[in-house]
Amino acid sequence: MSQDPKNKPVDSTTPSEPSPPSPPAKAAAPPAKKETEAPAFEKGLVSQIISRFGDDKIKVAYIRPLRMKVNVDPLDMVEVATFIRDNLGFDHAESVTGTDYPKDNQIEVIYQLGSYSKDDIAAHILSLTTRTSRDDARLPTLINVYKSAEYHERETFEMLGVYFEGHPRNERFLLPEDWADLPPLRKEFRIRGR
Amino acid sequence: MIKDLLNPTNFNLMVSKISDILVRALDEPLGYAINWGRIWSLWPVHLETACCSVEFGAASGPRYDVERFGIIEAFGSLRQCDLIVVQGTVNRKMAPRLRMVYDQMPEPKYVIAMGACAITGGLYVDSYNVLPGVDGIIPVDVYVPGCPPRPETLIQGTILLQEKIKRSKIK
Amino acid sequence: MEKNLEHQIDESEKLGMQIVKESEDDRLMTLSVGPQHPGSGHFRFTIKVDGDYVVHCDPDPGYVHRGEEKMCEYRNFIQNIPHLERPVIHDSANITYSYSLAVEELVGIQVPRRGQFIRAIASELDRQIYTLYWLAIYGIFLGHSTMFMWPTGDRELFIDLMDALSGARVTHAFNIPGGVRNDIPDGFKDKCLRHISYFEKRLKEYEDIFYTNPLFIQRTEGVGILTKEDAIGLGVTGSVLRASGVPYDIRKAEPYDVYNEIDFKVQYMKSGDSLARAYVPLLDMKESCHIMRQLLDKMPESGEVRAKLQPTPKGPPGEAYRRVESGRGALGYYIVSDGSPKPYRVKISVGSFRNMIALPHLLVGSKLADMPSVYWSLNYWPVEADR
Repeated sequence: MSQDPKNKPVDSTTPSEPSPPSPPAKAAAPPAKKETEAPAFEKGLVSQIISRFGDDKIKVAYIRPLRMKVNVDPLDMVEVATFIRDNLGFDHAESVTGTDYPKDNQIEVIYQLGSYSKDDIAAHILSLTTRTSRDDARLPTLINVYKSAEYHERETFEMLGVYFEGHPRNERFLLPEDWADLPPLRKEFRIRGR
Repeated sequence: MIKDLLNPTNFNLMVSKISDILVRALDEPLGYAINWGRIWSLWPVHLETACCSVEFGAASGPRYDVERFGIIEAFGSLRQCDLIVVQGTVNRKMAPRLRMVYDQMPEPKYVIAMGACAITGGLYVDSYNVLPGVDGIIPVDVYVPGCPPRPETLIQGTILLQEKIKRSKIK
Repeated sequence: MEKNLEHQIDESEKLGMQIVKESEDDRLMTLSVGPQHPGSGHFRFTIKVDGDYVVHCDPDPGYVHRGEEKMCEYRNFIQNIPHLERPVIHDSANITYSYSLAVEELVGIQVPRRGQFIRAIASELDRQIYTLYWLAIYGIFLGHSTMFMWPTGDRELFIDLMDALSGARVTHAFNIPGGVRNDIPDGFKDKCLRHISYFEKRLKEYEDIFYTNPLFIQRTEGVGILTKEDAIGLGVTGSVLRASGVPYDIRKAEPYDVYNEIDFKVQYMKSGDSLARAYVPLLDMKESCHIMRQLLDKMPESGEVRAKLQPTPKGPPGEAYRRVESGRGALGYYIVSDGSPKPYRVKISVGSFRNMIALPHLLVGSKLADMPSVYWSLNYWPVEADR
C-alpha cells in the first residue's frame, strides 16, 4: 500500500519490513534479483526514527548506501522533521520537489535533507516524502523546521499546485505574472507539439 | 526689385530653391558624416536576456575587443544607448520588459538578434514559456546565428549592421 | 486625473505587469532593481529603502525560466544533454556531469577509468572558466574595469583548452551518460600544463592587485556578514558556505569518480563577509590548478573513454539522487525513471537557487551602496536559478 508500483526499490529490503533483513527478505524477494543487505549505518539512522514513532507511521521506501527514503503521513510531517533535525543532525533541506503520479491520483512531495555540521553523515541524504491527493493538494509547511525550504516550497506550489499551509507566500515565483494555465509539472499539461 | 523678392510666394520659391541646392550639395557628405558618427559609437543597452550574454561578455574582453568598434557597454541609463543586442531566449516574462526598454530608447535605434533562440526560438522552441523568435515584438535589423555565436560571429554581425547604417539615408 | 491613473494601472495589471507603488509611509522608497540594470544581470529584486538603509527585499526571478524540467520528460536520456547544459553555458561540464552520474546509477553503467579522468579534467577546467567570469562581472558591478578585463582575458586560455577538447567554446555537450564523447587530442597534456603554470603566476598578481586594493577592501570587508549558524540553517552552498566557516565540499565529503584518489584541501574562511566570499573562489582556483596537475599525472595512458550503450538506454524503474560540486555549489539531480527511455521526472537542485534565500537575509539592514557587493558575492547565476 505504501509503495508506488512505479517506484520499486532497485535493491535492499522489501518495503514494509523494517526489521533485520537477511532470512525473511531473501525468501520474499524474487529469485532473479540480486539481494543485498541494507547498509548498517543507514539502517541505524532509520531505525532511530522508527523506534521513536513506530513503524505504522514511518514507511521505509529504500535504504541504500548514502541514500535513505522514508514516507510519512502529511499530518506527522512536522513532528518527524523536528525529530530528524534535532536528534539525527540533518540540519538543512537541500531541495524540495514534487512528482505527479496520475495513476495513483497522488502527488509525492520529497524533501532531501542533508547535514553540514556532523561529519559522519556529511555525505548522506535522507529523503522525507509524503503523498497527497491530486485533487486537493494541501500539506503543512516545513519552513519553521527547515528555513531553507522556503523558496523551494513556493516553487513547488506554482509548478505542481500543492498548497503549503502556513507558508507566508503561496504565489507564483518563476512563472510569468499572467500565467493562467495548469501548473506546468502536472502530467496533463502537455507541451505543444508533443 | 527687393519688394519683388520679399513677396511671400517668391520668397518661398527662393528659399526652396536654395534649400534644394543645399540638400543636393550637402546631403551626401553630411549624411556620410552623421552615419560615420553613428556607426563607430553603437552603445548597447545593459539588458542581458539569457545565456548568450556570456559570449557577449567574452566579446567585450581583451581578445575579441568590440570596444575598437565603438561598442562600449554604457553603464548609464538606456536613454543614451542606441543598440539592443537581444542575447538569447526571450521568455514570456521578459517580453513586456524588452518591449518597454525598446520603446524607451531614443531614435535611431537598432536591434541585433543574437543566437538561435532570439531568431526562431532555437532549442527551446517547444517550451511553454519561450517566445519563438523576438521579431514578433521588436523589429530586428541583423540576425546573428549560432548557439551561442562565437564572438567573431557577433563582430561580423555588428559589421553587417554598420554597413546597413551606412546605406541608410538621413532624414 | 485620478481615474485616468487608475485606469492605466488596471490596464497594466491586466497585462500582468507589476506597478511599483509608493508605500503609505512616505519615508520608504521602493526601488525595482530590474532586469535592465547595470548591476543585476537577468534578475529582478524589489527593495524598499529608508534613506540609505534597505528595509525590505523581495527577489523576483523567472526572467529566464525556460521549463527545463518539463522538457526533460519529452526527450530520452541522451537527448537531454544539450538543453540541460544551457542553464550555465560556461560551466556546462559540471551541470551535465551530475546528470550523467545519476543516469548511470539508474541504468547501471560502468564508466571506463580514462573516461572518468577526462570528465574530471573537464570539470576542473570549467570551474576555472566560470569562476573567472564571475570575478569579471564582480569587477563590473563594483566599477573596477581592470577586474573585468584581466579575468576575461585569462579565461580565454582555458576556453582554448576546452575548445580543443570538445569542439565548442562553451556548451560543450561533452559529458554523456557513460563517459565522454571523444578522447583528448595530441599535445593536450603539455598545453594544459603550460597554461596552468602561467595561470598560477597570474593568480598571485590577482591577489596583489585586486584583493589588496583599499577600495575593494572598503567595499567588501564587513559587508553582509553571514554567520555560521545562519549559513547552515539557510542551506546555502558552495563558496558562500565555505566563506562562513563550514569546510564542506562535495568532492571531499562524497567523492565521485576519481576524486577519492586526488589529494587536495578544502579551502574555507571564517569571517563570512563579502571579502571572504570573494576570496574563497580565488583559493578554490589555486586548489583547482593543483587538482588538475594530479589528474593529468594519474590519467591512464590509453583506454576507452565511454561505455558502450544502446541507442536509447533505459533501466529498471527507480530513482537516483547524485550531486557534484560545481562553480556555484552543490548541483544535484533527482531523477525518477519508470522503465522507459525517457525520464519520468527530473529535478535539478542548483546552487544559485539555494543561495537566493540569503539575499533578503543579508540585504535587510545594510546600506544601498552595499547592494552590488552583497548580491554578486552570493555567487548567484540567474539563468541557472531559473532553469
